Parts: sequence; structure tokens; C-alpha cells
Amino acid sequence: MTSNAVIQMKNVGKSFGTFQALKGINLEVAKGERIVVCGPSGSGKSTMIRCINRLEKHDEGKIIIDGKELTDQVDDINAVRREVGMVFQSFNLFPHMTILKNLMLAQRLVRKTSKAEARDTAMQLLERVKIPEQADKYPIQLSGGQQQRVAIARTLCMKPKIILFDEPTSALDPEMINEVLEVMTDLARYGMTMICVTHEMGFARSVADRVIFMDAGEIVEEAEPKAFFSNPKNDRTKKFLSQILSH
Amino acid sequence: MSFDFTLIIDAVPKILLGIGLTFQLLVVSAVLGLVLAIGIMLMRISGKWYLSWPAQIYIYIFRGTPILVQIFIVYYGFPQLEFIRESFIWPLFRDPFGCAIVALTLNTGAYVSEILRGGVMGVDRGILEAGTALGLSVRQRFIHLTSPIAIRLALPAYGNDVISLLKSTALASTITLADMTGIARTIVAQTFAPYEIFISLAIIYMILTWILQKSLGRVERHLGRYMQK
Repeated sequence: MTSNAVIQMKNVGKSFGTFQALKGINLEVAKGERIVVCGPSGSGKSTMIRCINRLEKHDEGKIIIDGKELTDQVDDINAVRREVGMVFQSFNLFPHMTILKNLMLAQRLVRKTSKAEARDTAMQLLERVKIPEQADKYPIQLSGGQQQRVAIARTLCMKPKIILFDEPTSALDPEMINEVLEVMTDLARYGMTMICVTHEMGFARSVADRVIFMDAGEIVEEAEPKAFFSNPKNDRTKKFLSQILSH
Repeated sequence: MSFDFTLIIDAVPKILLGIGLTFQLLVVSAVLGLVLAIGIMLMRISGKWYLSWPAQIYIYIFRGTPILVQIFIVYYGFPQLEFIRESFIWPLFRDPFGCAIVALTLNTGAYVSEILRGGVMGVDRGILEAGTALGLSVRQRFIHLTSPIAIRLALPAYGNDVISLLKSTALASTITLADMTGIARTIVAQTFAPYEIFISLAIIYMILTWILQKSLGRVERHLGRYMQK
């Protein structure tokens, strides 16, 4: 066990009824590390990262986040969630609040930040994702790419140590994918610890420290991006890569 | 048969004397009914059988029986029970207004609780997950995310129930209350002109409904600002 691992998953298993979504997952993520997770649909990628902030409860093994083990203890889990941000495929902005309020809500309620400070942080982060002029609009008035950038800014408002991305560009029109990837690349450059489920292999190549391939609830292969793409070892990885890179 | 307009001109001001009572019945039972409905809905979605079952039974009873029968049971039935006559709530049941309020409140509460539940169920799970991931507690999610979204979702159906409640208040006239319908019935008994009088009464209810409908539409638009592109 390395001392600088912020995420440790040991032999983690998870079932939905009789379906075993995760089997014996072992994963350590060091501080500042950028991990891309890929694999066919239903392979357990989303379930794995959703276990990390306990949107799903694992039923076997251990998950330790920044030294705290995930259990049913409510205080512990909220303490962990404060440090672990998540960006969803479908953005999940709060539809009834303006963009600014979306960014301020958790700061006010969870971090107990003052209104003025929450607003400052929110505006700074909207600058960072390059849409400060949208602050007073409602989510529905923004394009998909803009909404996803707001969602990233909303997560950053909590100053998390880790951000989980669950297929952040899968619901976007092609012309909007890059603006979101740029924001994510920018985060990576500033040393954010990231786990990103995505099929954007260009992003994986340029940003990831490690690529993990999952299939049928297991981690089948993990390697540096160069090795992963040029010399995959496992047959399932080869088959998957040939499918997504063929066109 | 002829239509006597002088009768109408005579009757309408008299009927309108009952508008205050009609409004009291509507507003008091709508407000109390909403409070009750929130409680029943929370019990229903609590996930605890000892809260959810009583709520479901309550809803089943009040949606499964005619409101007129409910009014009769409260007004004619409850005073027969000794423990009610001897308790502090007796003044409420001795008074027909109190009885009407109790029956209307219990009835609308059952319907509205289901309407609110529909709203709560309609809130996108992803939005709540985003709240969870940001570290919001169950209570904070309910107050800041579920409630405002559910209220907006439930509003059209809720408005429908308020309009329906306005019409139900007419049943209070069957237990001696002189609301608009009660007064109209008295006038009919004196003039033997049911056609003119009840048509006038119907038109007054339609105007009130129109006003309610317009106001509810405004509230819907106001709370639905965020739904417009």
C-alpha cells in the first residue's frame, strides 16, 4: 500500500440482484493521477466510480478514500463526498436554479460558505470554464456543452480532491465535445486527481497516466496510454479497441 | 316555457350574499387540506410500513367514498358518538360549518397527497444524485431540490383539485349551510323557479372557476420560468 494513494479499492464486489456488476476490483489511485476507464457498456465502469462516492454501495471488499473507509456511517460518507466531486453524463444541473445558484448551493449548505464568498468562487469558476456571461440564466437556456462546463464548475466550487467523470461527453453533440474536453484537460494540467469513464481515446492518449480496461465487472487490463493503445495484451482489450478505433 | 329575467336580477344579489361562506369553505379546507396532504404524502413515501400503510388506507377510504356521504357521516354520524360529544373537539362537530370543513379537508387531503406524491416521484433521479454527490444531506436534498421541482410538477393537477374543491363546497348546503348553493335552494323553494335560479348559480360558479383558473395559470407560469428556453 502506497501512502500517497487517495483511492484504494481492495477486492471490491457489487451485485444488483443476481447480476454481478463488479468482481474483485483492485485499484489504487495516487494523488494527482489521471485515470481513464473504458470498456463495453455494462462492463461496470460507471458502477465502479459510483462506488467511490457511494452513490452505489459495494457489498464486498474495502474502499478507502483519503484514509477514510466507506461504511454506512452517515457523517463519514458526507465527509468523503465533500472531497470527491462527480460529473455526470446527463449534466444533472438543478433545473429550477440559475447557473450562479447551481454553483452556490452546495457551498452554502455543505461548506457553510458566506453568500459573498460563494458568489465569488462561483464567478471565478465560471470564468475558468469560460461562461461567466451565463450566470443568471437557467440550465435549459444553455447548450449541452455549456451545461456540462457548468456542471464541472459546480463540482469545482466544492474544492474537491478527486473528481469522477461518468461519460461526461457521451450525451453531447459532436461539436460540443471539445469544449468540455478542453476544460477537463485544463484541470488535469493543474494536478487534479481524476478518474474518467470515457470513450474519448484522444483524451486518454493525451491526458491519462493510466488507462484501465474493464469487461464483465473486472479490470481486464491497465497500462500507460502508449502501451495500452499500441500493444494491448488481452484479447478482449484488442477486440474492444478494434471496435472503437476502426472508424 | 319562458325565461324570467327579473327573477334573475332579484336572485343574483341574494345568491352573492353566500359568496363569503363559499370562499371560507374553499380557502380554509384548501389550506388545511394541503397541510394534511403534505403529512400524508410524507408518510406514504417514508418507506416505513407503519407510516405508509395508514396513509394508504386513509387515501383509499376518502377516494373510495362519495364526498356527500363523508359530509353526512361527519355531520349526522359523529354527534352520535359519546366520546366526541364529551371531548374538546365537540364544538367543531356541533357546528355545520365545522363539519363541512372537516369533511372537505379530509377529502381534498387524500387527493392532494397523491398529486404531491406524483410530483415527488417525477423529480429526475439524476438531479438528486448530483445533490448527493455534492454532499447534501437527505433533508437538504428534499428542501432545496425535491420540493421546489415537485411543486412545479404537481401544480397543474393541484389547480384542478382546487377548482374541483370549489364545486364540492356546494355540498355544504345539504347540511344547512347558507353558502351560494344553500341560498339558491332557498330562493327556489320560495319562487318555484329552479331553471332561472340554478342557471344563475351555475354562471356564478363558472366565473369563479375562470378567475381561479387564470390565477393558477399565472402561478404556473411564474414557477415555471425555468422551463422556458
